Amino acid sequence: MNLARYRFILSRPLQLLPVLFGISMITFVLVRSIPGDPARALLGSRSTPEALIRIRAQYGLDQPLWMQYFYFLKNLLKGDLGQSLLYKVDALKLISTRIEPTLFLVLGSVLLALLIAVPLATVAARNKGGWQDHLIRLFTTAGLGMPAFWLGIMLILLLSVQLGLFPVSGYGRTGWDKLHHMVLPCLTIALALSAVLVRNLRASMLMELQADHATAARARGLSERAIFHRHVLPNSLVPAVNLLAVNIGWLISGTVVIESLFAIPGIGQLLVRGIFTRDYMVVQGVAMVLALATVMVNFLADVLTVMIDPRVNMR
Amino acid sequence: MSGQTLSPAWRLALRFGLRNSRLATVLGLAILFGWLLLALFAPWVAPFDPIAQNTDIRLLGPSLAHPFGTDNFGRDVLSRVIWGARIDLQISVIGVVFPFLIGTCVGALAGYIGGRFDTICMRLIDIILAFPFLVLMLAIMAILGPGLGSFYMAMALVGWVSYARLIRSQILVLKESDFALAAKSLGFGHGRILFRHLLPNAMFGSIVFSMSDAVLVLLNGAAVSYLGLGVQPPTAEWGTMVAEGQSFITNAWWICTFPGLAIVTLAMGFSLLADGVAEHLGERP
Repeated sequence: MNLARYRFILSRPLQLLPVLFGISMITFVLVRSIPGDPARALLGSRSTPEALIRIRAQYGLDQPLWMQYFYFLKNLLKGDLGQSLLYKVDALKLISTRIEPTLFLVLGSVLLALLIAVPLATVAARNKGGWQDHLIRLFTTAGLGMPAFWLGIMLILLLSVQLGLFPVSGYGRTGWDKLHHMVLPCLTIALALSAVLVRNLRASMLMELQADHATAARARGLSERAIFHRHVLPNSLVPAVNLLAVNIGWLISGTVVIESLFAIPGIGQLLVRGIFTRDYMVVQGVAMVLALATVMVNFLADVLTVMIDPRVNMR
Repeated sequence: MSGQTLSPAWRLALRFGLRNSRLATVLGLAILFGWLLLALFAPWVAPFDPIAQNTDIRLLGPSLAHPFGTDNFGRDVLSRVIWGARIDLQISVIGVVFPFLIGTCVGALAGYIGGRFDTICMRLIDIILAFPFLVLMLAIMAILGPGLGSFYMAMALVGWVSYARLIRSQILVLKESDFALAAKSLGFGHGRILFRHLLPNAMFGSIVFSMSDAVLVLLNGAAVSYLGLGVQPPTAEWGTMVAEGQSFITNAWWICTFPGLAIVTLAMGFSLLADGVAEHLGERP
């Protein structure tokens, strides 16, 4: 790694600052657009006018909007996202207790998706135009249009209700129990995700198969098998990792729905419950945390790509 | 790189691809047309009233009288699926149109004007893209309240960014082209150059994208309704129907299964059409 690379990796976080600033601004605007008086929401309907004035002063609600935003930012930097109206605890603390299942779900799905997508894409690319290729293409087209919540229910129907292999819902307590509970949710997202991955992987594999270095390897007398495993596969995985990072927002959106479907106590379920109970501080906090996670994953993917692939140009 | 060496195999692949793309287009159009007909003629095609409850025939399995069975209120699932096509087709069309219009306008102006306006638009797009799509949509819908109207509103507020990016990048290239220069030297106004000359040439990509976007919008609309924030019961909508059937999954599989299949087929119709058209135009995404 040369100096330019280090400079890129170090300067990249600075470019993130405006985006982070924007995220805070959008969540602020979202919360301020909630109809109704926040002070009244905090105190309940039987509040006295004096108490309302006191609370408004305490939370700076009587200040001009830009001052309110300033306070909001100040609290944000201290890690204070406000209190959950429903649970009466710090929103951030509440969110942090829900991270584990969601993280489990995201990582498990990505791993499973790769396990499904790489072999399928390999078969499709090596038999381009053959019946296998068409079959896999049909699978991806259907997979792209399959609602994840419905796919999950169909998997429950088949693997839980009919065969009794996995629990229908919940998260479990011990390590193995959790793993057992998470197979179906992870498989649901993985199947949907692999539909996207297979298409992309197949395309990049086909490109790599025709690349000059593959031709050179053929000229050196390497077997097609060796060329595929040593040259084509590693090179086509780099764009796939990037694709995964780009799709992290989509993946997180999927976990929101799947957590509700399987009753997994993760961040997504917290968000949906927060919306129904009008627990706005939680909704705001979750939106911000998830946006932050998305930005961080994309950032890490950028850095990783630069570190792995020396040809990537650094803007 | 090696455009000169057209091997027969390559040509064959091209011909095959074209035939394939035509097949995909025709198949996609056929599926969409089929659902459109069902939606339009729902009152005549559907054998039963989609919201009429009849507790005598609760949770009946598929039979000749009720090919898709009945749900927990004794409503005919087939009739509900047919009526649901009206709502879900509407979701996938209206949910695309507003983001398309907003995104096209913003992207065209940002690309054409450039400068600070462009920078601000691009930053805004970056920020919106930083949020997971559904999360931002749900957060907006939390404020607007449940319902289809809020869904369209949230969709318009979040979905325009992809169109804006596509159009902007096209406009940036096109405004340097000779015909733009010609139009300018003829003394045409900015509005005429942008909307009559540049924009029509820039729209191809985003029109193709809008077809595959319809799939995403449909799935999002169904997911939002499944979560209970979109279409409200008793209106027949596929996502809502899946949610309602979920509690009866152990003894009445048909309530969830058929509406889901309806979503899959409609989504496949849109994807096939998008694939076919994209391949036909030679710009495979």
